[in-house]
Amino acid sequence: MEIPRHWRLKQQRYGLVGEVCPHCQVKVFPPRDVCPNCGGEARTPYTFSGRGEVYSYTTIYEAPAGFEDKAPYTVALVKLEEGPLVTAQLTDLGDKPVEIGMPVEMVTRRLRQDGDDRSILIYGYKFRPVMN
Amino acid sequence: MTEVVIAGIGQTRVGEFWDLSLRSLGVRAIRAAIKDSGGLQPQALYAGNMLAANLSRQAHVGTLLADFSGLAGIEAEALEAAGASGAAALRQGYLAVASGLVDVALVVGVEKYTDLIGPGVEAALATTTDSDFEAIHGLTPAAQAALLMRRYQHEFGLPADGLAGFVLTAHANGAGNPNAMYRKAITLEAYQKAEMVSDPLNLFDLAPNADGAAALILTRRDRLPRDFPHPVVQVAASASVSDTLGLHNRPEPLWFAAAQASVEQALKKAGLSREQIDLFEYYDAYSIYAALSLEAAGFAARGQGWKLAAEGESGLQGKIPCATMGGLKARGNPGGATGVYQAVEATLQLRGQAGANQIPDARCALIQALGGPASTAVTHVLKRAD
Repeated sequence: MEIPRHWRLKQQRYGLVGEVCPHCQVKVFPPRDVCPNCGGEARTPYTFSGRGEVYSYTTIYEAPAGFEDKAPYTVALVKLEEGPLVTAQLTDLGDKPVEIGMPVEMVTRRLRQDGDDRSILIYGYKFRPVMN
Repeated sequence: MTEVVIAGIGQTRVGEFWDLSLRSLGVRAIRAAIKDSGGLQPQALYAGNMLAANLSRQAHVGTLLADFSGLAGIEAEALEAAGASGAAALRQGYLAVASGLVDVALVVGVEKYTDLIGPGVEAALATTTDSDFEAIHGLTPAAQAALLMRRYQHEFGLPADGLAGFVLTAHANGAGNPNAMYRKAITLEAYQKAEMVSDPLNLFDLAPNADGAAALILTRRDRLPRDFPHPVVQVAASASVSDTLGLHNRPEPLWFAAAQASVEQALKKAGLSREQIDLFEYYDAYSIYAALSLEAAGFAARGQGWKLAAEGESGLQGKIPCATMGGLKARGNPGGATGVYQAVEATLQLRGQAGANQIPDARCALIQALGGPASTAVTHVLKRAD
């Protein structure tokens, strides 16, 4: 069980909260307190819109422990409209084929279960095709 | 700086060895390397290992190996830099000898995969990614490679079987390496029919995780035994560069910036140009990494690396022979031992002891191991010193 670790990340997992650099305005996700662009201190929280597009994607057939029952599942690099790439699963795909450039939006879903069937469920961001 | 030479090499076969433990693999390679050096006694041991704490519930690997190879009393530590762990250990040994702190250093890489089977292995491998922001989403190292492969297809028009050349070359070379896990050439049809592991990356795009250990004895040239029986191979340069851990934090994921920088630094330190390199042991844990590494090392333009293999130029008779003993793909990928295997194999080439796979008159070898998608890149230049 890794409760503190997941609790600590709740802002990121549920709210896609990163940072904005007060010096050069670059948006940062995940937060790292140091701007990757200008090197200045960047501790100002910034909530991303959750909108973006698929930069690349893969369907995983050989899953690691904790994800076996989800395989096959699709993980993408999503290019957020504010700039950063984020790693996340794609969900609610239905019959829709995934394509690079496809518009997607953030939703909150169950990521995995931590341990056996009496342990905590870990929720966090995934992305789904934008509903028109 | 002091001239550092490779006095001894040792390796076990690579494969699935149910009857051999982490320590017994390591000790076999160590004893072979000491014997090959004419019996030089190391004053320090640097072990490259990636996952023993996960796979075998064994940390503290440096001391374990010193102890069980009869060397307790010397300095012993393990280094971990994911897939570049063995190369990081080589660098540490090189620094120890070059600085004059020790006369003889032992470098050993070891990985014991088959103590664990099933999805736990993928989960252990995933600990080398950003655990909080990559692994938690079910991403694995193979999936990272698949994301890059898909994007490369998109940006550079790579055909569905465009990376097959790397795989065919590696397996053809593996056939001539008695220590390789796979010693059989494969066909293009077999590649095309292989099942998907992480779409579009298939089973053949992926080097097999396997057990193995390799070791090197490093010393100063003036410490070599008088009757040293081998041509002398020098470690002419060592360079290690880091990049963002997470693939998503790169401005340009398809450019292995750390791989590029470490090759640049290594060539500069060795005083060599790319044209003087006779062979390149690249890190083909995934076939797309071979393409990206060739581009980063400057042997191909961006988006063109795959064509070197498709046109046969990375084969033993090609412009830049790669994976000359089978690479990770056919020799097998023993995790933290891989960087040391690369050094052992390049030494065989430079000594003229590579048998059926010998590159005629090979004098300079470039070897590079990557941790993750070039999140760490450790590059060495080995050079025949006579």
